[in-house]
Amino acid sequence: MDCFLFKRKDWKVLIGKIRDLRSSEITPRAAYLRRREFLAALGLGAIGAPATVAAQFKTRETTDVFDDPLTPKSSVTSYNNYYEFGPQKSDPGAYAGTLTTKPWNIKIDGLVAKPGTYALEDLSASTMVEERVYRMRCVEGWSMVIPWLGVSLVSVLKRVEPLGSASFVAFETVVRPDEMRGQNGLFQLLDWPYVEGLRLDEAMHPLTLLATGLYGEDLLGQNGAPIRLVVPWKYGFKGIKSITRITLLEKQPKTSWNTLAPSEYGFYANVNPAVDHPRWSQATERRIAEGGLFTRRRPTLPFNGYADQVAQLYSDMDLRADF
Amino acid sequence: MTIIGSCRLPRTRTPLPRSAVYITGFLPAIWAFYLGASDALGANPINALERILGLWALRFLLLSLAVTPLRRMFRINLLRYRRALGLLAFYYASLHVWVYACLDHGFNWIEIGANIIKRPYVTLGAVAFVMFIPLAMTSNNPAITMIGGAAWAKLHRLVYLASIAAALHFLLVVKSWPAEPVVYFAITALLLAFRLVEPKKSLGFAPEFKARPARSMSRN
Repeated sequence: MDCFLFKRKDWKVLIGKIRDLRSSEITPRAAYLRRREFLAALGLGAIGAPATVAAQFKTRETTDVFDDPLTPKSSVTSYNNYYEFGPQKSDPGAYAGTLTTKPWNIKIDGLVAKPGTYALEDLSASTMVEERVYRMRCVEGWSMVIPWLGVSLVSVLKRVEPLGSASFVAFETVVRPDEMRGQNGLFQLLDWPYVEGLRLDEAMHPLTLLATGLYGEDLLGQNGAPIRLVVPWKYGFKGIKSITRITLLEKQPKTSWNTLAPSEYGFYANVNPAVDHPRWSQATERRIAEGGLFTRRRPTLPFNGYADQVAQLYSDMDLRADF
Repeated sequence: MTIIGSCRLPRTRTPLPRSAVYITGFLPAIWAFYLGASDALGANPINALERILGLWALRFLLLSLAVTPLRRMFRINLLRYRRALGLLAFYYASLHVWVYACLDHGFNWIEIGANIIKRPYVTLGAVAFVMFIPLAMTSNNPAITMIGGAAWAKLHRLVYLASIAAALHFLLVVKSWPAEPVVYFAITALLLAFRLVEPKKSLGFAPEFKARPARSMSRN
């Protein structure tokens, strides 16, 4: 298995990390996750662990995990962009609790054989939920490493059977001005609903996740409860939150940030250090909560480090033009 | 409104010493660095520190620009504190630039230079800061004596340009149009518009005007 890939020093690093985590302020849940990764690294993952751990480990192995400690849960749940709840990073954490997430239905329509309204539990039954650790790179130049729980989007799409004519998938966030304070008032930052989209082959890619939790627990409102998209090789704004509708289409759908400022935010929005953004350098990024005031920037990787998995999706494209 | 009251009191009343303005003015910076050192600035402390310092620079800049309108429209005379307010704006801008260059970019001058050239918000911030430098250097009595009151007043009109650049800098650093930078931009525009409405009258550019008795400051 994958353990052949690791040298002895990597094991030492892992063991060291487990010790560090136990003595640090990172939640015990993180230490627990670490321990399971360690077991997986030793090829012991199968013992008493569900099959999903292997899948998770496989994902991590491809993301240069051993230089990549998890971002503490406290940061993941307190530093968020979710403009439905306000423009400040702390707004979602302060105000997203007002969103009712139970019950939750998702309408799936458009070019599918089985359109309909599906209950959340139906789409993400606990038996299907996997744990996946992904890097998350925000277009603003910061990044996190997050242990998500969720189901692959492809598993959901296969159930509703996309028609041959479908080429794109569109997503919509819920609109509830009475529960989402950013959808009220004088300064509306975007047109609601927030909309995002993927090309069908991107949506069907095994890395593309519909997340329902993180750090082993259900998603909190600020992270997009109860279900949100995670596309680890794209900028964070592609990860639409609190999804209420999924539509399969023939043509490329409109997406929120691309509509607001097409010169700044592309439809594809693949993480690309070579394509500059007018506001933020995309060549480097700062990992959140890595070293406090003295955190150095680190180089941003093409496709956020997932090039081996996804670069072939774009082999015939000029990524400078289709950024 | 104790401030209005106090400015109409006889001159024998001791005004608030200028040092009090400096001491109070530095409290937000001390607090911000304390929070930063104790890891209490949230998940992205460098960005938080940049924002806090930049915002206070803009606040002190706008306060210094508000001195003349307050005096003319409401007869609140804070002229003796204007230099302190302006210098505080400069000190905060310097700390803001230092955090950007040192903590944010590790003195990577190539990267910083590229940002100044390529990113309009950085360009505007750099322009504003460069314009602040001669203003801060001449915000002392020997400098005024040396270059003369009229030339000094002319030079210090640079603050209008610098404030436009600073307010735009804040507006362009964020995505979309959140309320906070929009409000600051509107305040800047109002304060500058005041100068356009009554440009001819003495606006107290030169410090010697501060010696004028309060009565003569009413509109004739």
